[in-house]
This record gives sequence, C-alpha cells and structure tokens, in this order.
Amino acid sequence: MYSKGLVPLAWATAVTITVALALVFFYAPLDADQGFVQKIFYVHVPMAIVALGGFVAGGVMAIKHLRSADRSWDVRSYVAIHISIILGFGVLATGAIWAKASWGHWWVWDEPVLVSFLVVVLLYCVYYPLRFSIEDPDRQARYSSVFAIAAGAFVPLNFIAVRLAEAYTHPRVLSQTGGDLPGEMRLTFLVALLGMTLLFVTLWKLELTAKNASMQLKKLRNRARVAA
Amino acid sequence: MPALPLDEAGKYVAGAYVVFVALILVYVAIIGAKIARIDREIGELASEDDE
Repeated sequence: MYSKGLVPLAWATAVTITVALALVFFYAPLDADQGFVQKIFYVHVPMAIVALGGFVAGGVMAIKHLRSADRSWDVRSYVAIHISIILGFGVLATGAIWAKASWGHWWVWDEPVLVSFLVVVLLYCVYYPLRFSIEDPDRQARYSSVFAIAAGAFVPLNFIAVRLAEAYTHPRVLSQTGGDLPGEMRLTFLVALLGMTLLFVTLWKLELTAKNASMQLKKLRNRARVAA
Repeated sequence: MPALPLDEAGKYVAGAYVVFVALILVYVAIIGAKIARIDREIGELASEDDE
C-alpha cells in the first residue's frame, strides 16, 4: 500500500536533486562575503528544514495514532522520526564542515542555532531506547507517540527561542521580509528545498514499504505454522 | 574571516556534499538489503508451500 507511486516519486526526486545541483554549481552566483564555501548552504539548510519538519510531522502522525488507535500511524511516525534523525546527523556534519571553512572552528558552543539543533537531535536520540525498551507492542506505540508529540512540540518552540536569542552570528535565511537572498540564490535554494522534501517523502515511503512487507511476511509465517 | 580561495574552499564544499550523498547511499543500501531479505524469505515460503 505504501509502494503506490514510489517509482515516479523516486524519479521526480532524482530529477529535482540533479537540477538543484546544476543550479548550485552552474547558476547561483558566488557569495560576495563567503565565496565558494557558501555552496554548502544549499545542502545544509534544506536538510535542516526538512529534518525539523520531519520531527514535527512525526508528532502530528503520533497525534493521529493516539486519536484513532490505528498502529499504522505509529509506524509512520516512527519512520518519519528515523529519517529526520539521519538527516539531523547530516546537518550536524555539514554544519561542522561549513563552520570550519568560514569560522575556522568545527564547532562553536556559544552559537545558539548550532547548539539548539544539537539539543533537538540528542532529544530524538532518546526516542530509540524509549521505544525499544518496551516489549508490549500497544504500550510501545502509545509511549512512543506521547514522546513524539512532546518532542515535536519542542521543535517549533526551540526555533522561536533561538530567533529571540540575542547573539545573531549565524546567517539568517528566512526572515519575515523573505530573506536577503538575491533572486538566483533564492531560486536555487527553493529547488534544493523541494528536492530535499521529495527525498524525505521517497525515503519515508521506501522504509514504510519495507516495514509493511516485513509485517506481512511475519503474518504469512504464522499462518503457515498454524496450517502445518 | 576572509573568503577562502577556491582551491581550499573546494575541499570543504566537496566534503559537505560527499557526506550528504554517503548518508543517503548507506541508508538506501540498508533498506535495499532488508527488502532483498524479505523477498528471499517470501520465495522460501512459496517453495515450502509448493512442496
């Protein structure tokens, strides 16, 4: 059921990411301040936005699970959080590389955007031990959903808190006035963001397809055992 | 800090994009291996059923 539309979605993702890469390296102008290093922005920032969006989406799916008692929503929430954590580690790694190139340090502890993102990723790392320490499937799903909702609500709160923080050494991307990006850079960024979003949805559907197939196989094995 | 020269900035940019591609490739490989295992087990189950 999750594999429906997966192949065209995967193709759309591949095409969009290829176009985004072409725009990054052949269309977007060099940044006047940072030069070529600023190209990291087009992978780092979309990945961060999609990862945070994935955490919030995981929380919304968890709400659906608690409201409907349909376990498939818990699985959807789990997979969304799983992929967001992977992207989150990608954000930390690409951010560290960018920080080293532009600030001369791999990590800057007094930079609120970096530290708050690390806090969010570490918070979600707790999700795995919580989930897999509970054996009963219903309780596991319920407790995981509660965590996903609480942590999902923390993500936008954290984002607002960082915005209100005084130290603004980290570059702003999306401000109330629509950001300071010139047209070519903005177009490239939006295409990269679209590509990253499509990638997230593709990987989400792919993992759900694998999980669904695995559950169906388990059911078939049980049925075969009973029949034997 | 002043902007890095292109030859020095290039390795950082390449590093960031390689990290992203490697992350996605490893993830897809793990899921691909999982799907291949499920496919193999379904085949085994089908052959057991035929016998």
